[in-house]
Amino acid sequence: MTAALALRAPQLMTTPPLLTMTGVSRRYGDVVALDDVSAMVYPGEVLGIVGESGSGKSTLLRMMNLEDTPDAGDYRLALPDLPGNLFELDRFARRMLCATRIGIVYQNPHLGLLMKNSSSGNVAERLLIAGERSFTALRGRAREALDASEFPLERMDARPIELSGGMQQRVQLAKAIALEPALLLLDEPTTGLDVSVQALVLDTLKRLQRDRAITMVIVSHDLGVIRTMADRVMVMRRGRVVEQGLADQIFQDPQHAYTQQLVHAKL
Amino acid sequence: MTPVLQVENLAKHFQMHHLGQRLHAFDGINFTLHAGEFLLLRGPNGVGKSTLLRTLYRSYLPRAGHIWYHTTEGRIDLAVAADVDIALLRRREIGFVTQFLIARPRVAAEDIVAEPLRRASVPAAEATEEARRWLAEFGVKRDLWRAYPTSFSGGEQQKVNLARALILPQRLLLLDEPTASLDAGARAALIRRLADLKLAGVAMIGVFHHPGDVAGLIDREIELTGQEVPEDVAV
Repeated sequence: MTAALALRAPQLMTTPPLLTMTGVSRRYGDVVALDDVSAMVYPGEVLGIVGESGSGKSTLLRMMNLEDTPDAGDYRLALPDLPGNLFELDRFARRMLCATRIGIVYQNPHLGLLMKNSSSGNVAERLLIAGERSFTALRGRAREALDASEFPLERMDARPIELSGGMQQRVQLAKAIALEPALLLLDEPTTGLDVSVQALVLDTLKRLQRDRAITMVIVSHDLGVIRTMADRVMVMRRGRVVEQGLADQIFQDPQHAYTQQLVHAKL
Repeated sequence: MTPVLQVENLAKHFQMHHLGQRLHAFDGINFTLHAGEFLLLRGPNGVGKSTLLRTLYRSYLPRAGHIWYHTTEGRIDLAVAADVDIALLRRREIGFVTQFLIARPRVAAEDIVAEPLRRASVPAAEATEEARRWLAEFGVKRDLWRAYPTSFSGGEQQKVNLARALILPQRLLLLDEPTASLDAGARAALIRRLADLKLAGVAMIGVFHHPGDVAGLIDREIELTGQEVPEDVAV
């Protein structure tokens, strides 16, 4: 292997970010959920967002999924056929965009799944929105997505309500990746799962990330999860980004007082 | 000849907010490193040798100074380069070898070792084969290749870690006590590999508990003296 060593010139990041959010602010009554937040995510990377409850991290993720419109701010995805600021899209266009280009996994499976439809039906619903009509194709692609999420295929017709928490997360994940989205958003995807199931779900995510080079944003208050998954980390507090950096730098040499407190609080 | 790395007046301290204190690590570090050169960092425990390596790798943020990394396209200052660029360089050019393995639960030893190759788009079968060659060379027993290193002894974990760190050739290697806790066979294998890399033009900076291990490879040394006087600063 050594003989094959070729000293290449590095090609530094000339590709533009996939996601660019600028100056996003959102108030709910008197509560400031997001205060002038900007973020960039580059193709193929995993951005982790950490912070205590109420720091605005989940609100930011919902913004990325176009579930809410901020009071101010700009949101762009570097994908073909998209207009400038995505916050200006109407409801229909948002729904199309989210169904086809963005996948999301929620902490609470009830938010992402119809609990009384079959698991395969939940995944197929995504494909229906995107225009797939053939039953055979729907079933085939749902099966493929469930398999990629390491869901046991013999249970693909079981309803999510009959499944364990770990399995429900896999159905959500299958639904999220069925259309090979450009961006996968994960909101506390392993919170509430027991440790061994958590490790399995993280393995699946790692494998998907490696094999498909999906760009991911993962929100978690579990620093272990972020450390395992993220290339870069953004630390949020009271609706603001207090610090961001490479994951190992945030964990080994945190700069902000709040980040130091957070990192040192980890068991 | 263009250097690989040029370090100018590099300084690092740690701001410890909860102590209201600044911890001095080092300042005024200057050196130049060319392709195929091996630089040894010397000095007693706690003097900042590992801190310097981590600062060069950007796990630690420098306080002042420059870390010029030269390429055929020009040079980039690692001290201030964008995180994405650092991440990219780490994937392709700059390696960090420690004695500690960050093992992921339920990932087999050979898969951990093969991962850098997989990320560089080497087909799975070929990457696994190469990973096995490395594990064998470091003396990891065949029946452990499919096992999870979380349950391995410290020495065996380290072998997995070294194989992973070295399997994909880099231009610059930062070595943080890579021989610590290795048995004689694995140590010899590692030193053989480092000698090969040096011949192939890889520049290396290393901290070794027993520098005698790599005596034949060393071109230059820097002695860190360290004045570990915490300065009180207002926070």
